[in-house]
Amino acid sequence: MLSRTADHLFWMARYTERAENTARMLDVRVQNALLPQSALAAEQGWRALLGISELEPAFNAKYPALTQNNVIDFMARNPDNPSSIANCLTAARENARAVRGTLTTEVWETENATWIELQQHLKGKLPENSPGKFFEWVKHRSHLSRGVTLGTMLQDDAFSFIRLGTFLERADNTARILDVKFLAAQGSDADEPGGQPEFYYWAALLRSVSAFEIYRKVYRDVITPVRVAELLILHPKLPRSLMACMDGVVATLEDIRNDISADTERFAGKLRAELQFARIEDILEEGLHSYLTRFLECINELGGRISSDFLVPMAGGQEQSQSQTAPDGRS
Amino acid sequence: MTIIFDEMYSDAATVRPHYREFAAWLSRQPPQAVEQKRAEAELIFRRVGITFAVYGDNAGKERLIPFDIIPRIIDADEWAGLQKGLVQRVTALNLFLHDIYHEQRILKEGIIPPEQILQNAQYRAAMQGIEVASDIYAHIAGVDIVRAGEGEFYVLEDNLRVPSGVSYMLENRKMMMRLFPDLFERNRIAPVEHYPDLLLDNLRSVAPQGISDPTVVVMTPGMYNSAYFEHAFLAQQMGVALVQGEDMFVADNRVFMRTTNGPERVDVIYRRIDDDYLDPLAFRADSTLGVPGLLEVYRAGRVSLANAIGAGVADDKSIYPFVPDMINFYLSERPILNNVPTYQCRKKEDLAFTLAHLSELVVKEVHGAGGYGMLVGPASSKAEIEAFRQRIVARPEGYIAQPTLALSTCPTFVDSGLAPRHLDLRPFVLSGKTVTMVPGGLTRVALQEGSLVVNSSQGGGTKDTWILEK
Repeated sequence: MLSRTADHLFWMARYTERAENTARMLDVRVQNALLPQSALAAEQGWRALLGISELEPAFNAKYPALTQNNVIDFMARNPDNPSSIANCLTAARENARAVRGTLTTEVWETENATWIELQQHLKGKLPENSPGKFFEWVKHRSHLSRGVTLGTMLQDDAFSFIRLGTFLERADNTARILDVKFLAAQGSDADEPGGQPEFYYWAALLRSVSAFEIYRKVYRDVITPVRVAELLILHPKLPRSLMACMDGVVATLEDIRNDISADTERFAGKLRAELQFARIEDILEEGLHSYLTRFLECINELGGRISSDFLVPMAGGQEQSQSQTAPDGRS
Repeated sequence: MTIIFDEMYSDAATVRPHYREFAAWLSRQPPQAVEQKRAEAELIFRRVGITFAVYGDNAGKERLIPFDIIPRIIDADEWAGLQKGLVQRVTALNLFLHDIYHEQRILKEGIIPPEQILQNAQYRAAMQGIEVASDIYAHIAGVDIVRAGEGEFYVLEDNLRVPSGVSYMLENRKMMMRLFPDLFERNRIAPVEHYPDLLLDNLRSVAPQGISDPTVVVMTPGMYNSAYFEHAFLAQQMGVALVQGEDMFVADNRVFMRTTNGPERVDVIYRRIDDDYLDPLAFRADSTLGVPGLLEVYRAGRVSLANAIGAGVADDKSIYPFVPDMINFYLSERPILNNVPTYQCRKKEDLAFTLAHLSELVVKEVHGAGGYGMLVGPASSKAEIEAFRQRIVARPEGYIAQPTLALSTCPTFVDSGLAPRHLDLRPFVLSGKTVTMVPGGLTRVALQEGSLVVNSSQGGGTKDTWILEK
């Protein structure tokens, strides 16, 4: 398929996924804020959230105080924040619009309807008046977008690039959520293990990736940070775990393989193998933060490789590509 | 006072026979139900994203073209006559283009003054002597037709460059069937849904020689073009790639597109972009929308373009007055469809007449399109007329003038209820190995009371067009 088309599909999926994960994080944070806690702890919670997307400096430049309303404004609707939910959903829709002919009517109408409803919600101040409802809506639209894709698209290359975008973005987001939560947990004065605040803290993390009930099912035990990390990093059956995302990436890369993508497949395969044969104890020994930082760097590089193999294969290298297509000595 | 022909009523109380079934149905609909359907239609159009961009208007980047639920109905006999006229006209236009870019017989025999062609901004010297597949230049023509009375049809314009609107024709039909399925049970309405099939067939039939399974693409200037929806729509309906200039490149004297599996050869380009922007090496050097080197490949006959480069010389408003002569010259037939009498301001006597009758005439810029840069005399103020007069006097060769036709009307829903509004019809004529079209076309309607300008860029709306089969 056309490289530019693939690029739009890939980013349509990434932006949709990013909007969903942002909504998930905000939602959990808003719920947590209902728990009794000191003003300082509350502020720390919001700071951690901004840290996930490396947005604290941008936030501080715009808002006088780190309050729930300000963070929600910034993350849900601020037009200058490229990662705000409004901007992500708009970008997803613009990408879809650019390739609407490649999508089924249902997929396009879903993306377009999301964008139209978004304008109404922003106008009606839904993020301010009932943040929970708004985040629920974002998640729901993302589910719908994914479901409509799975339910109506021909499983050809177009489908694969959408899936690839979803998996890659989700791997990135889950890793970030985990990293920031663990960093924040280390930073704060640890409550006594197993105590109430800690329970809520990790339960919130699990809920943000829809894994609270799953944790109970898998471990049938109290919630401990080590197992939370194990579940979110290594469990192959949890849809938002790093392992599951990398499974998806590797399988999709196989489907779209081209003449120059072997190195990218190898790179992704190694990353997956590392997860597949890892033990949580070893990861914790290396240090979770350094492990996840390394993982995020790999995901970033993988994105770059996918881009140059498939999406913008000739960006800045027209001469190089033409020498490939015209081997008869056209220089 | 001229009597205006209404498509639905022959006089205030009498419904024309082919509208009777519809009128009876409409009178049975409770007003709220109709209102509700109209709201539903707007909602669906917006959700589906059937929008267009209006230039010079940043605030409303995407707008809906107003859709009116009262169909424009034409009976089968009348359509048969129109269709014959269209085939004749478009056939002659293609013969004319082939002649102009080869022997120029029509110039040599003095039918058209050579300077009218050779100095025309739409004439492309680069096309001289170039062979195109099946000798076809205008593969897709959108011919604008108006009615001024019983059986009295006029061609306003032959759009032979990148005529648009066919997606609205198809979407309007889909909308009507969705909103009023019972209407389609009661009336034998000729289907139009196979247009993309006809188009694809037509495009494949003009592939470069020796290519058995041609790759067809639709080329768009991009998603901010006013007709982007249509480009995407047609590509999707035909199941072909929608490409931009940057997606293609020239190598080995062929055109390729960049795909995720490496370069893929392109054989037929249905381009929805003007000549000037096609190839920065040959035409406008500042064009970032085109493909460098495309013209050379095209001239070598190794890629087909629809429509052909240089087709615009036949639909230019300064050439329009000669179309009846072309039909005569190439086909030895009498024109079936009328031309509107046209005063060419480049001629002294025509200019004098035009300037003396500005308040009665419609004056158009020769190279203008989309209803921009025209004067409708009877609907203009003294000041507007005087301003326009200055423009004509400064550059008379840039203008033509025509009598203001009493365009037919059709009942249309407006704020105050049902009221007659002027309309036109744009059938889409496909030329390849044969000349084909789907019955009907796009009906455009001027929503302002008394207005004769139906262009969507000027606030016009559209209607579904029914050809009633017997």
